Amino acid sequence: MSARTRPITTTEGTKPFAFSETALAECRELIARYPEGRSKSALIPILHIAQAENDGWLSVNAMDAVAHLMGLRHIEVYEVASFYSMFNLHPVGTYVLDVCRTTPCMLRGSDELIHHLEKKLGIHAGETTKDGMFTLKAVECLGSCGSGPMLQCGAGYHEDLTIEKVDALIEELRARNQRTNYTDR
Amino acid sequence: MPKVTIDGISIEVPDGTTILQAARMIGERDKADRHVVPPAMCYYTSLKTSGGYCRTCIVKVTKGSDKDPRPMPKPVASCRTAVMDGMEVANTTDPTLIDARNGVVEMLLINHPLDCPICDQAGECHLQDLSYENGKAASRYEFERRTFDPIDIGDTIKLHMTRCILCYRCVKVAEQLTDGRVHGVINRGDVAEISTYISQAIENDFSGNMIDVCPVGALTDKTFRFASRVWFTKPVDAHRNCENPKCSGNVVLWLKGNEVLRVTGRKDQWGEVESFICNTCRFDKKDVHAWTVEGPRKIDRHSVISQGHYQLKREQPLLASPAPNVPELAKRKELKDR
Amino acid sequence: MARKLLFEHIDKPGIRGLEGYRANGGYRSVEKALRTMSPDAVLEEVKKSGLRGRGGAGFPTGMKWSFLAKPEGVPRYLVVNADESEPGTFKDRYLMERIPHILVEGMITSSFALGAKTSYVYVRGEYFYVARILEQAIAEARAAGWLGKNILGSGFDHDIHVQVGAGAYICGEETALLESLEGKRGNPRIKPPFPAVKGLYDCPTVVNNVETIAAVVPIVNDGGEEYAKIGIGKSTGTKLISAGGNIKRPGVYEIDLGITCDEFINSDEYCGGVDGRAFKAVVPGGSSVPIVPYELFLKTPTGENRLMTYESLSEGGFAQGTMMGSGGFYAYNDAQCIVRSTWNHARFYHHESCGQCSPCREGTGWLDKVLERLEHGEGRMEDIDLLWDIQRKIEGNTICPLGDAAAWPVASAIRHFRDEFEYHVTHREKVKDPKHFAREPFRKSAKFATA
Repeated sequence: MSARTRPITTTEGTKPFAFSETALAECRELIARYPEGRSKSALIPILHIAQAENDGWLSVNAMDAVAHLMGLRHIEVYEVASFYSMFNLHPVGTYVLDVCRTTPCMLRGSDELIHHLEKKLGIHAGETTKDGMFTLKAVECLGSCGSGPMLQCGAGYHEDLTIEKVDALIEELRARNQRTNYTDR
Repeated sequence: MPKVTIDGISIEVPDGTTILQAARMIGERDKADRHVVPPAMCYYTSLKTSGGYCRTCIVKVTKGSDKDPRPMPKPVASCRTAVMDGMEVANTTDPTLIDARNGVVEMLLINHPLDCPICDQAGECHLQDLSYENGKAASRYEFERRTFDPIDIGDTIKLHMTRCILCYRCVKVAEQLTDGRVHGVINRGDVAEISTYISQAIENDFSGNMIDVCPVGALTDKTFRFASRVWFTKPVDAHRNCENPKCSGNVVLWLKGNEVLRVTGRKDQWGEVESFICNTCRFDKKDVHAWTVEGPRKIDRHSVISQGHYQLKREQPLLASPAPNVPELAKRKELKDR
Repeated sequence: MARKLLFEHIDKPGIRGLEGYRANGGYRSVEKALRTMSPDAVLEEVKKSGLRGRGGAGFPTGMKWSFLAKPEGVPRYLVVNADESEPGTFKDRYLMERIPHILVEGMITSSFALGAKTSYVYVRGEYFYVARILEQAIAEARAAGWLGKNILGSGFDHDIHVQVGAGAYICGEETALLESLEGKRGNPRIKPPFPAVKGLYDCPTVVNNVETIAAVVPIVNDGGEEYAKIGIGKSTGTKLISAGGNIKRPGVYEIDLGITCDEFINSDEYCGGVDGRAFKAVVPGGSSVPIVPYELFLKTPTGENRLMTYESLSEGGFAQGTMMGSGGFYAYNDAQCIVRSTWNHARFYHHESCGQCSPCREGTGWLDKVLERLEHGEGRMEDIDLLWDIQRKIEGNTICPLGDAAAWPVASAIRHFRDEFEYHVTHREKVKDPKHFAREPFRKSAKFATA
């Protein structure tokens, strides 16, 4: 893990976190899906909600709120959050572009796509643009191997990408300027 | 009672006994048979769910049982595999297994700093023992090793994550012995680390046992830091009536003259603590008069502190020939390994 | 045109919704099972069908089900593995997205056979939108009485919940999936005990792939024997193959097991032949299975036509065969570099290793680094043997099959394309161009030409 993607492991300089009422209701519904005493099962879905409510990343404050809500030790939440690659442990841009780099996509040109995006956005994979608009992530297989190269932004898959298509997508996202999350409906 | 045969030596053991435990029983029955005991870096008898991770204790099951004599297709973790009646196991007698275990040891070492000269664990380090007994003379790993900054987790414990082999023992100590685990394993893959995530101290009555169970120098006693090499100290058994009901008060004092350099739990011949001790005994009672000294501690096994242990079991003419320089040595060893 | 069992109605309008699904014969298997069959009778049909797990291991489903422990008073669970993450595989996504009710139906019928009152479907986090589609389908089914208490007056209660992951290939391993479903890190468990005895929440659990559970629907509808009529030998029924890479027609195809590999890769009904100059290599079952040269994909070592069956694909063993795996098929044209692809595979497993056991944690990273060096023209001849030795020391020595999965692509690439690895040492400057074989394909030397 490079220095630029090191998790933010302090609350210093990060904003406080509290779930919205709708999110709380959703969390309670999630917890109710599991048998009594097994509510920890809801941890991953609830972390997704917390991330969506915290500008796309999990701050210590956000994770501590999850721990408090679920009656878990803080470390139990940190352990889980840091295991899964969709949880961002440092601030991210308005849009997180997850570009698949795994073999089937590579055969169809993902290396070139990532290279193009790096040049276009002026950042390396793993970094965020200065204006805070885009975070570029090169990720592993997203299960879109027949329609690569592709990228995921929020809940949406953008497939069969070409340089032209991805350029248009970037412009469209920039113009819209509205955060996307994996949990978007 | 199922009967199991390990490297040709048989023993009857209670139902549910693991291969590793059976091997240790053989070793306890007759010291001369201790070669049947696989090394174990993550298994710890008194810690529930420990074992299975490090893969050093793998053995080859050449016969599953009398009922189903088929051999097991892959090596199995002896610490997590129960014996069956009639099972036959190879620990040191199968060259493919020795090769596989050498591979595991090499993997454990590729990112280990090998900073033994400045490591407090040196001399009682299980990874040192393991690599002496199963390792290679030279490493084939040429990339930058994974590093972490050493950190204090409280006033008494130092964490050198760089040396950690992720055995999970300290996590299980915190989970099972203390009330309020604040550290665990974060991240995944080869960047996984033992951590509290946010900077904080691990403070509770039994946290010091994490030092004793750590097989390497990842968790060391800050009160003993750089005080002495362990082989220059004199270990004695001692006890006191400890107020803490969960603490046995049975310890080993590591002395220099009459000065208590450190206090640890008593470890058995397999390197496991016989009974866990509290932090008061470990860190606060550094006056020999606080203790009833029972007599010298006999270190049965375990590294240079038992002295003269490292007569190499297998003939290694390479090391016996008159001192070649290191690169040449590595090259010759490599040729030999091929 | 082959018969379609899962995809028969996939293009019908409204098939995603309950109404459209029902109009095309949906939920008949639930009616049949709950009204006219005993749980054991359903199990019997699944056994007769010869259905094998579609997630990759190909273990007979009926046998897996019959291992399920049934202690008194302990709940049992069915968990559907929708953590489709094996590179090359996207069939389950396609199925769940297009025709989600077939999975819901299969889960109800299967749970009836297993005596599970609750089942979970664990969907990989990246498929969040698919999880929403499933949730919608489940809500519809619940509202229509296909889920809930006393379904169809049979006395059988059942409910289904969707759980999402958050980005971890390892959670496709069934015990890691269970850990994740319990809200923990996706570290595989040490087996035994197997999930059939101690699975989710320490209760007996069956974990099956999406496609496997969907296949239960036609099996119950038409009978196991009917299903087993399709296919050859122990490869019965139809199989979803997701095809990608350098082919003309990428997509998900439902094939009758037993068609020739040649037909699959070259006919216009399926892959439609090469996109590019010529085929070079094939990975037929997801990144974990051995890569084989195109010629060896078409013909077995004895010169017979290779078939799309579990047995035929693995004919020739590890040296000359490969595996059906999860059906994540991708083909390489001759502009591709095998070393680059092998490095890409290795980087994937390095990234996805959970880090629990040492050979995989350390070994996958080592493979990645040595391959990166080779691919960038900075390697040495000895690196090839080193790679061979590292993969050999990972394989078979780890807790879960991820270690094997990381080792096999490396082993098979060296076995079949060693000269290409050597080329990367002898032509350092040339391989520094990432598209080094784009203009001129790599020519095999005579000694490595496949017979």
